[in-house]
Amino acid sequence: MTTRDAFEAVRHNLERAGCVVRRVIGVPDYDIYVTHLRSRHPDVVPPSREEFTQERQATKYSKPGSRCC
Amino acid sequence: MPKLFRAGIWALITVLAVAAFARIALSRGETISAAWLLTAAVCSYAVAYRFYSKIISAKIFALDATRATPAVRLDDGRDFVPTNKWIVFGHHFAAIAGPGPLVGPTLAAQFGYLPGIIWIVVGVALGGAVQDFVILCSSVRRDGKSLGQMAREEIGPVAGITALVAVLGIMIVLLAVLGLVVVNALKSSPWGTVTIGLTIPIAIAMGVYLKWIRPGRVLEATGLGLVALVLALYFGQWVSQQPTLAAMFTLSGTTLAISIMVYSFFASVMPVWLLLAPRDYLSAFVKIAVIFALALGIIVTLPPMHMPAVTRFVDGTGPVFAGKVFPFAFITIACGAISGFHALVSSGTTPKLLMSEADARMIGYGSMLMESFVAVMALIAACALTPGVYFAVNAPASAIGTTAASAAEAIRNWGFTLDPAEMQRLAQQVGETSLLSRTGGAPSLALGMAQIFSGALGGQEAVALWYHFAIMFEALFILTTLDAGTRIGRFMLQDLGGKIWAPFGRVSWYPAVLTSSAAIVLMWGYFLYQGVTDPLGGINSLWPLFGISNQLLATVALCVGTTIIIKMGKAKYAFTTMLPLAWLTIICMVAGWEKIFSPDVKIGFLSHAHSIQDIIASGVLPASIASMADAKRMISNDYLDAGVAAFFMISTVVILVASFAEWYAVLSGSKLAVSSEVPYSAIPATGD
Repeated sequence: MTTRDAFEAVRHNLERAGCVVRRVIGVPDYDIYVTHLRSRHPDVVPPSREEFTQERQATKYSKPGSRCC
Repeated sequence: MPKLFRAGIWALITVLAVAAFARIALSRGETISAAWLLTAAVCSYAVAYRFYSKIISAKIFALDATRATPAVRLDDGRDFVPTNKWIVFGHHFAAIAGPGPLVGPTLAAQFGYLPGIIWIVVGVALGGAVQDFVILCSSVRRDGKSLGQMAREEIGPVAGITALVAVLGIMIVLLAVLGLVVVNALKSSPWGTVTIGLTIPIAIAMGVYLKWIRPGRVLEATGLGLVALVLALYFGQWVSQQPTLAAMFTLSGTTLAISIMVYSFFASVMPVWLLLAPRDYLSAFVKIAVIFALALGIIVTLPPMHMPAVTRFVDGTGPVFAGKVFPFAFITIACGAISGFHALVSSGTTPKLLMSEADARMIGYGSMLMESFVAVMALIAACALTPGVYFAVNAPASAIGTTAASAAEAIRNWGFTLDPAEMQRLAQQVGETSLLSRTGGAPSLALGMAQIFSGALGGQEAVALWYHFAIMFEALFILTTLDAGTRIGRFMLQDLGGKIWAPFGRVSWYPAVLTSSAAIVLMWGYFLYQGVTDPLGGINSLWPLFGISNQLLATVALCVGTTIIIKMGKAKYAFTTMLPLAWLTIICMVAGWEKIFSPDVKIGFLSHAHSIQDIIASGVLPASIASMADAKRMISNDYLDAGVAAFFMISTVVILVASFAEWYAVLSGSKLAVSSEVPYSAIPATGD
């Protein structure tokens, strides 16, 4: 394995760990949504990252059930 | 013989749990190690998870890994997303764990650690984890329906309305009591006030960063936010050492209460991305990190329990809050043993993420066990303080006076020792002017955590930083709960109002948004203000109300669970939910009754009101009441609190009667037992 490969492997793992942490702390996952739309509804134009984030956050904080005391 | 070997292991774990409990219960007058509490808890959790939760997963719901979950069937990439079980576990745990499991056990430590540890461990195994798990399974089988919807559809419209009103009621009391915890932690503490104050611009800066500078880079922004938090900690220390600046940020309880109300109002009407969402990321991150650090610290240091196993205050004369160990220990510790609020999470985001039904056991039952473990750690941190220090920090000034000498005297009369010089030294060590009567649980928890952390890492010099770090960590997520709660309350109010006058329900119509936000803030703010100005310390009246309301919501959840189990034709297993339901009903009723009618003025709201009336009639006010107007306000507060307690009790009765009627109808055969589950459909063989 070259240094470059090792570096790539570390980067890849960090990215995966980051993905887990983001989802645990409740960050809306734009990439999942876009992948979903592409595969199931190819005719729909995906919203921008900003539109998506805004809509997700507004939904999350508008009803009980996403957090507790 | 792997089977025999496994049986042997489980027998060993069971014996260990029993032995550890025996050691805890039989320790009279000697100091035991925290290791015993940890062993008792962890071994009991293992046995409960392996054997008891299996009744629910296998016998009642027959969880089936081949059955498609809502996340799989309704996958929309947004609400319904099939998610890895460890991520759902972390997400669910982060959503249910908050200040509740930390504060309750700290307050209940006044009874000693024995009542607390028994209730936390037994309560979670037979109550809290059962509730969370049953509601999660029920919701997963019903396309992720909410608790309120299930109450309406399974029991009836009355139960549905009761659930709705209970949620609003619990929210108001919860926000008030959490606000009180923050106020008491920051009162006369320039260091704490400055550090917490700075978390607001830090979160806003993160929001701006995520909106315009590096959109979507949440972890990057959170990392920068964490660095800024540490700097804010040091900056707070610096401010507290500058006499003029320190004086400027030494705020009274009432000033802080009003500031928090104003802050929450603005925070709840501001766009979510600007303040709430970034701070939520920050607080979720810090929360999980601190809980791991606390577990590590406790395991490394295994502090001795200086508090006796059972104190004399089980007789009801406790200074932290009044009332006997039964029923008050059981409503003081709600989160950690059983918390109705979790039913909202278990029927909220979580059921829509579950990839496989088989994951529900670990997520529903398992994460509640973990939350219970957090409560055990809080209990250990509180009981690792010497009783003298614990009571000096947690008893109100009306019980211990305002000087270290008077506190030492009062504490000596209770049979504990406190060296006044020690109290002074401790305050100095953590960078505060005084630690006397810092009620609400946060300061004593921070003190306990600071001792544990500095014992494991950093030594004596780090105690002050760890103390303020712990205060910051609690205040951070309490403030997040305050503005998220106010926002949710506002939506619920607009929803209700919209049914009467449609325009009020429009979520983007500013007059409606502002009025409903202000109304919610004023509701909890009234209770908060009342708590801050209460000579008995506020926690004494508000925490039991919060406990009762939370247990009321648990009653609703367990009624829904029992109804669903009976309608599934599994009535012989309905004991799993009926057992905690019966216990909670007794607890709620006895505690509610005592809070209203007890002749002891420290417990009963009505007798307290009468005692103030007598004082007014005599014309001579004691030092703790400033004016006649204050005395009159105290009386109306007492009547209001009594009314709130009565309202929670009546709601409990209503939901029980409605449920009984439904159970009777189904069991007697006059109503057909029809399961409202979405019919089975298999998971598609190949995923995409």
